[in-house]
Amino acid sequence: MSEKVLMKGNEAVAEAAIRAGCRLYFAYPITPQSELIEYMARMMPKVKGTFVQAESEIAAINMVYGASGCGKRVMTSSSSPGIALKQEGISYMAGANLPGVIVNVQRGGPGLGDIQPAQGDYFQATRGGGNGDYYTPVLAPSTVQEFADMASLAFDLADKYRNPVLILADGLLGQMMEPVEFQPYKTEEELKVLDNQHLDWCCCPNEDEPNHHHHEINSLEIDPVVLEQHVLKLGRKYEEITRNEQRWEDYDVNADNEILVVAFGTASRICKSAVDDLNAAGHNIGLVRPITLWPYPYDAVAKAVGPKVKKVIVFELNLGQMVQDVKLAVNGKVPVEFMGKVGGILFTPEEVLTKIRENL
Amino acid sequence: MQIIATRPKTLTDLNFTYCPGCLHGVAHRLIAEAIDELGMRNQMMGVAPVGCSVFAYKFFNIDMQEAAHGRAPALATGMKRARPDMHVFTYQGDGDLAAIGTAEIVHAANRGEHITVFFVNNAIYGMTGGQMAPTTLPNMKTTTSPYGRDVDDIGYPIRVCELLDSLVAPYFIERVSLLSPAEIMKAKKTVLKALQYNKEERGFTFVEFVSTCPTNWGLDALESRNWARENMLPFFNVKNYRDKGKEA
Ligand SMILES: Cc1ncc(C[n+]2csc(CCOP(=O)(O)OP(=O)(O)O)c2C)c(N)n1
Ligand code: SF4
Ligand SMILES: [Mg+2]
Repeated sequence: MSEKVLMKGNEAVAEAAIRAGCRLYFAYPITPQSELIEYMARMMPKVKGTFVQAESEIAAINMVYGASGCGKRVMTSSSSPGIALKQEGISYMAGANLPGVIVNVQRGGPGLGDIQPAQGDYFQATRGGGNGDYYTPVLAPSTVQEFADMASLAFDLADKYRNPVLILADGLLGQMMEPVEFQPYKTEEELKVLDNQHLDWCCCPNEDEPNHHHHEINSLEIDPVVLEQHVLKLGRKYEEITRNEQRWEDYDVNADNEILVVAFGTASRICKSAVDDLNAAGHNIGLVRPITLWPYPYDAVAKAVGPKVKKVIVFELNLGQMVQDVKLAVNGKVPVEFMGKVGGILFTPEEVLTKIRENL
Repeated sequence: MQIIATRPKTLTDLNFTYCPGCLHGVAHRLIAEAIDELGMRNQMMGVAPVGCSVFAYKFFNIDMQEAAHGRAPALATGMKRARPDMHVFTYQGDGDLAAIGTAEIVHAANRGEHITVFFVNNAIYGMTGGQMAPTTLPNMKTTTSPYGRDVDDIGYPIRVCELLDSLVAPYFIERVSLLSPAEIMKAKKTVLKALQYNKEERGFTFVEFVSTCPTNWGLDALESRNWARENMLPFFNVKNYRDKGKEA
């Protein structure tokens, strides 16, 4: 492990991606993720990597598709309106079983919205987002360190399951500076292993017969019987990911909790400080922070609802999206309350504290 | 027995799914023969479009990627950047390339991506049943221009070679026709030249085929070629627009 450096989230995730072996990056500028594309523009040439500023987010994600179809670690990033444009490519990648990492540094919406932090893309991120029946793992960081760590996790998951993986951050995490400790760069040997891991299916150098290959990177199956089997197989992959990859953080969760708070990402940071204050004052509040938003840690949330919990309160920077998953998890056992902030405005710890206190 | 003609190695054994008299198959064959003749097959990858030639990924016997509608040049950009030691071509129709994919083709050409783009212009959306294309001729009737293309309302057909010729980066731009055996032989030379340049990493190369769609034009194989000769060739000039290899 190296020394800690003070860095913006946008730059930290870019650096971490390079260290994780990403040598291809395609994107289009948008606030509040521009430090990410600018970092890649500076650093990729230094590691003999590829940086291309694409003509649009649509082009960028399709460049990602092409590079991924060649078996390489590849990434793109954007913010909400640009991520909306990438949905075409993400759906095609999911259909074609292509790995790849997409970072969404969310801002306020709908439409052009504003450039302040928000969590309004939760539905889009966790329900596929593009056309058709598919899911992408969604990783939601709450610190700059975690944002950086998620780069290598995202690539590992993408390669393991041959599926696009989303990192769902927001403008606050992208812009704020915190100390980060990075994993070491992959060695030449490790990079070679990564480079060769997909040769059995990707576009790669060929040979004459009998070793000639004809690999098809494709999401089209015109015969419904074949498409049925293809989608069912995708479904089994999503089940496997759901079994294996749920991640969450229990914070002060115990059998005597009076209230359980559920929040992710930036919202969870604010909630934690309110929970700290209340617990210091003698209350017993627990907090669950889902880290994977898909697969959603339903069981973990359900389990965290201890025997004395009167209410579950969900805090989000949107009109109430994850709260639907929390309700599924809690399944009517106790009432589920919601507090949201929209427009790129954050709640203050005092507002969170007041909301919890009202329910004590 | 002596073999005088055989299937190019770059084509699979599958039968083409094209309508009788359609020229997509001819374009496929020219490209496959050229890849074989230039010894590029083991370093070649291709991108299929959305359109009648969507199954090109099955027909070319090399590693292939199937793109979303219009995005082939973006895929090809990612592929070439990911595997600079290999070669890439895209194969696209006029709706794919000159309507929904206009941004992707213009910018791939403008970056001078080291790829070859094969553009099959049949002045119509073949696959979806004969709707108006960006290349549909003035007054030409299609299912979505049932009274004929009204240029005052919807504009003139786009001449893609001319459009790309306004950019600095492209290395080679040529329009050929596939309307007779003699023209096909000539087109083959152009395909060979574009792919030779691709092999030599000269830059962005572009070949447009003036083609036909007998089915949606409501004509038979021969009539459709005559129609294309009388109506398309005056608008879409068969000529070389750019050859930096020759200039040098
Ligand atoms: C995003 C999207 N929009 C529309 C379609 C429907 N579509 C399929 S092929 C096609 C037109 C293809 O025409 P062209 O590119 O000229 O190819 P041709 O069939 O004539 O060879 C359209 C509109 C689609 N598949 N995807
Ligand atoms: S519809 Fe037209 S372009 Fe398509 S295969 Fe038939 S003749 Fe060819
Ligand atoms: Mg067409």
